[in-house]
Amino acid sequence: MFEWFGKVSFCPSTKVDAFAQHLKDGRIMGSRCKGCGRISYPPVADCPKCLSGDFEWMEMSGRGTVMTLTKISAAPAGFEDEAPFVIGVADLEETGRCLAWFGKTIPEEEIRIGMPVQVVPRIFEDIPEIKVYYTLEKPGTTWTKGSSA
Amino acid sequence: MRRVGVVGVGHGKFGNRSDASVQELAFEAYRAAVKDAKISPEEIDASVIGSVPEYMKQRSLSGVVQEYLGLNPRPVWLTEVACASGSAAIRTAWMAIRSGLHDVVAVVGCQKMTDLSTPEILALMGRVGEVQWESVFGTTFPGYYAMFAQRHMHEFGTTREQLAAVAVKNHYYGARNPNALFRKEITVAKALASEPVASPLLVYDCCANADGAACVILATEEKAKKMRSDVVWLDGVGAATASMSVLRRPELTGLPSASEAARQAYAMAGTTAKDVDVAEVHDCFTIAEVMAYEDLGFCGKGEGGRFAADRQSWIGGSTPVNLDGGLKSKGHPIGATGVSMAYEIVRQLRGECGERQVPNAAVGLTHNVGGIGQYCFVHLFRRD
Repeated sequence: MFEWFGKVSFCPSTKVDAFAQHLKDGRIMGSRCKGCGRISYPPVADCPKCLSGDFEWMEMSGRGTVMTLTKISAAPAGFEDEAPFVIGVADLEETGRCLAWFGKTIPEEEIRIGMPVQVVPRIFEDIPEIKVYYTLEKPGTTWTKGSSA
Repeated sequence: MRRVGVVGVGHGKFGNRSDASVQELAFEAYRAAVKDAKISPEEIDASVIGSVPEYMKQRSLSGVVQEYLGLNPRPVWLTEVACASGSAAIRTAWMAIRSGLHDVVAVVGCQKMTDLSTPEILALMGRVGEVQWESVFGTTFPGYYAMFAQRHMHEFGTTREQLAAVAVKNHYYGARNPNALFRKEITVAKALASEPVASPLLVYDCCANADGAACVILATEEKAKKMRSDVVWLDGVGAATASMSVLRRPELTGLPSASEAARQAYAMAGTTAKDVDVAEVHDCFTIAEVMAYEDLGFCGKGEGGRFAADRQSWIGGSTPVNLDGGLKSKGHPIGATGVSMAYEIVRQLRGECGERQVPNAAVGLTHNVGGIGQYCFVHLFRRD
């Protein structure tokens, strides 16, 4: 089901494909290694530290801080309709980072490195098949079923 | 340990080469290198191809190149590490010679890119990021370097004008390099007036896709000394990697693979950054050259923007950089680039660069990055 993740999917098969189902249900999930307890975001099935292939899901708060960003004007194939769009990388509160588009709750001129953001699950409503993603939004923005950026 | 020497170098014209196939481009550079070495093709024991095949229709590129060069039945193999494929090919040729397996190895970096459309190339290159978690948001190659630039500006106060200064320098020298794609000088004002690509990067911050080839021939110390009196020695090779994903990099103001590869190469050659008379660095984007100054130790961390604006990387500055115009002005046929860098450094150390010549250059460095620093190769060259 990982082909659900992203408008254009480049990775249909993965051991962490339940991430897409969780995202569709409004949860951002990281992974916790059952061998050594290492937490990862984005989630990984395998642990390069203790080599365990056993992991469990861990819900992330989605709270983060903008680490860097760019406004892409020259879009790659498949994203021409979205351009220009602003991508941000957020350091997440628990661990790891998240790369995503900024959503509508943050006006472009207010986007700054260091600002707090909330990672919010999203569904592409204008695409007939199931397509999920997430956006960086103003802190306090909550997911509601059927919400879109 | 035996030294490995460069006995011949060759370079073709970079640009939109719709007049030639990839093997024909390879031949141009190979013929020039064999002639430069003044050897017979029979003296070559093996060849290594640096290229990124996914930009081309031909599958298993090494075979078609080896046949066209007339080198069958001698062995050939391909190295692929994105934009660093050419330097990876040089590294494996160095290994083959140092191991005693081969005495004379031709390294051919060759690439066709213009068979694809720009959006297709943007999509392909964007996927040099991590496709599972990043490419789904329409990341592009300029977009990644743009995020490094934003962070560098945020932490160190690097300015748009400082980035443009890199482009101005590389166009200045590229205008004087007959193999370069762009042979026109530009001004800071012109660079700053160009179209946005991925903020803060504009068109003039970005190198262009190109077709092209370059070749270097390496030999054992014994054979090299017999072949020519002005051998340039490859005395230090360093290589390192960093995470594929920007989400797993500790910081985004430099490339940890570059500083580690540099440390190894300096140590092996017994040199330091201060000894480098001339350098070729991987300026796929202006910010990449700024970070290279810092990662290679030409200036302190965070000082790269000022280093560019103060013209420290021009001839006469503390470390002249990219005097062939860099990727920025030459164009970037990704498999050929690392070999093109070695070509320029060898000619600088032989004193053959005319108005672009660093007087009495004796130690030269190449810094070739794959992707957004997932791979980096640093090589140190020296003449006796």
